[in-house]
Amino acid sequence: MKQPVIAPSETSRDTDLPPVFEANLPSRHLQSRLWRAVFRGSTLVGIVFLSLLLYNIANQSFGYVAIGNQINPASLAANGVNLQELDQQTLIEILTANISSGLLRQLEREGPLTKYSRDEVYNLVVEKVVRPEVVQTWTLIDSLFHAAEIRAQAAQEDPQAELHFRSWVTPRLLSVPQSSNPLMAGVRTALLGSLWTTAITVLVAFPVGVGAAIYLEEYSVQNWLTRLIQTNINNLAGVPSIIYGMLGLAIFVRSLEPITSGAAFGFSDPTTSNGRTILSAGLTLGLLVLPLIIINAQQAIRAVPASLRHASYGVGATKWETVWHHVLPCAMPGVLTGTILAISRAIGETAPLVVVGVATYITFDPSGPFSKFTTLPIQIYQWTSRPQAEFRNLAAAAILTLLGLLLGLNALAIVLRNHFRRAGGNL
Amino acid sequence: MRSPEIDIGLDGWACPFIQAYVVSLVVILNGENVQLDFMNTRQESSEVNRYNLKKRIRISELLIQGFLFLCGALSIFITLGIVYVVGKEALLFFRNPQVDLWAFFTGVKWQPQAGQFGILPLVTATLLTTLIAMLVAVPLGLGVAIYLSEFASARLRSLLKPTLEVLAGIPTVVYGYFALTFMTPLLRSIFGRDMVDIYNTASAGLVMGILILPLISSMSEDALSAVPHSLREASFALGATRLETALKIVVPAAISGLAAALIIGLSRAIGETMIVAIAAGAGPNFTLNPFKGAETMTGHIVRISGGDLSYDSIDYNSLFAIGILLFFITLVLNFISQRIVRRFREVYE
Repeated sequence: MKQPVIAPSETSRDTDLPPVFEANLPSRHLQSRLWRAVFRGSTLVGIVFLSLLLYNIANQSFGYVAIGNQINPASLAANGVNLQELDQQTLIEILTANISSGLLRQLEREGPLTKYSRDEVYNLVVEKVVRPEVVQTWTLIDSLFHAAEIRAQAAQEDPQAELHFRSWVTPRLLSVPQSSNPLMAGVRTALLGSLWTTAITVLVAFPVGVGAAIYLEEYSVQNWLTRLIQTNINNLAGVPSIIYGMLGLAIFVRSLEPITSGAAFGFSDPTTSNGRTILSAGLTLGLLVLPLIIINAQQAIRAVPASLRHASYGVGATKWETVWHHVLPCAMPGVLTGTILAISRAIGETAPLVVVGVATYITFDPSGPFSKFTTLPIQIYQWTSRPQAEFRNLAAAAILTLLGLLLGLNALAIVLRNHFRRAGGNL
Repeated sequence: MRSPEIDIGLDGWACPFIQAYVVSLVVILNGENVQLDFMNTRQESSEVNRYNLKKRIRISELLIQGFLFLCGALSIFITLGIVYVVGKEALLFFRNPQVDLWAFFTGVKWQPQAGQFGILPLVTATLLTTLIAMLVAVPLGLGVAIYLSEFASARLRSLLKPTLEVLAGIPTVVYGYFALTFMTPLLRSIFGRDMVDIYNTASAGLVMGILILPLISSMSEDALSAVPHSLREASFALGATRLETALKIVVPAAISGLAAALIIGLSRAIGETMIVAIAAGAGPNFTLNPFKGAETMTGHIVRISGGDLSYDSIDYNSLFAIGILLFFITLVLNFISQRIVRRFREVYE
């Protein structure tokens, strides 16, 4: 806690001073005020950049979209009923009449068309028959302030296309898998992949990290080995994440392939590609966040007052009993906060996963730790690298999803910390 | 019946292991004659030797301590693993007859298909983005730190500091997106489309500066706040203004922390990957023009390993050569920063 500083007021001048002291006083005060403005300005710049970042993402996530259809839905309307309002039977007829026999067979392999619900059939008709395509997209700011010009432009350039105001962030985005058509694509598989990977990362890094912190703070004696471990952990925290990716590629993906691909446990999933599984990625990220968790947990454990330990020893507890029943509960808020911060880092990591070789185009949900998968940041990276503007919009929507996930995690950190602080309050 | 008392007069980290080992030996050799106190014999043994104050051996405690030690030692294995694995593949690369060590460090062309492995284009691109990032982040970061610690009121600080730390928590791929969709069009509209490529190191460097700004400002602010208030008060008492106190008293007193923050920022900028992978361009390019596209070391690793890469090819090994160079550069920077903190730290009571 900072003590209040008694600082000289910069505007009041002490008139009792002899003139020699007065000479440069105004200019010194002026300088002080000037530099304060400069420092305040640099802080403002930081805030402005944060706002620009958020503005830019919001700007790309919403806006007008001109959509052209391969086949006009009006021409599919049967007996004057709109496509949206047709019943299932008519929709199935339209579907079977308009798609190739190969595609039909592929669809029916998953089940007869009559088993599908009406909405699913409708979606299939839209996806396979109408085949909407993005002609052009506009940003939110343009859409809000130049709506008339956009309408005129769209009507002139492509009269067939329909102009919609589209929010790229929709509940549908979260519930459908990746697709090559940006209007159909979602982040479901990527989101699940991120959650699976993070779960493995936590399972690996949390116990080991807290264990190492306990060892360093409670058990170790000051000698060269302890100092080596400590220095080493500090250094590992500064190693670029991409290096961890290379370590993961060489060890988990290649050397331990029988284990990470699940072959050693009898999982011979034909869809897995070598060792590039959720398990490999989770372990790699686990190594990456381990130093962060250790350093944070050490600080939390160090902050536990020594009197607590002495009291515990005083009533005859062993070292481990002291640590388990007294030190750890007391340090838990700090440990958990540090862990969640480390986890948010893991969720946002992209580079190591690219190096480990996570697949970029996956349309099925991950089924377990030995499954092939993709993650949200990878999806964002992949969409951002595409030249078409509509994929940038999609990437912005995925970024909003990712930021929402991180925000949720941080809120959880705050709730947990408050909960434990209240529980530990009666210590 | 008595428990065997074992005292092998060792201390330090090895002691618990040797004790556990000796105890287990005794158990194996003597069979049931040995009683250890995790077996429920407390009643009996306290009757027999009520005043035996020697340290008792608790197997479970030793096992726990051993496990915890392994957790701590794992970090060393990670480092060794990095050096061994990355180093091994890098060695395969350097041993390859196509590779000339001298050409590796001085060549200006990186074309694995043509058998030309000169790392300079990748290094200059890394230095260029890092330089631009530091030009943005150092003045701004120090300004923010000085403002927050010396000028801002406590309430403003408690509001601004977390806000800036939000910047540090945003994933770097988002910054990459920002660089490509905001900074690049901005630069192109300022300097003209002919001057600025779609992919260029300037926009990547600028956004990287924004990324490390909160890192530098947060660490510097901590260093400045750690300077005791008595120094400031003494300075004020002598008639110094706030600025004079900040620049001539507080900053010199915290210089070790500030230097460490700058070096950490530097090492972070060198190792930063996603921003340059997205915005700086694909394809090694030996240029010092910040408006041209060029590929950095990290960007190259990501692009090549993101594609279909066959193991045991020279391409694959070359990535590890770049990786180990990167690892040692950041390792040296981290060591320097830790040394500076330890060496020049002013200790105040």
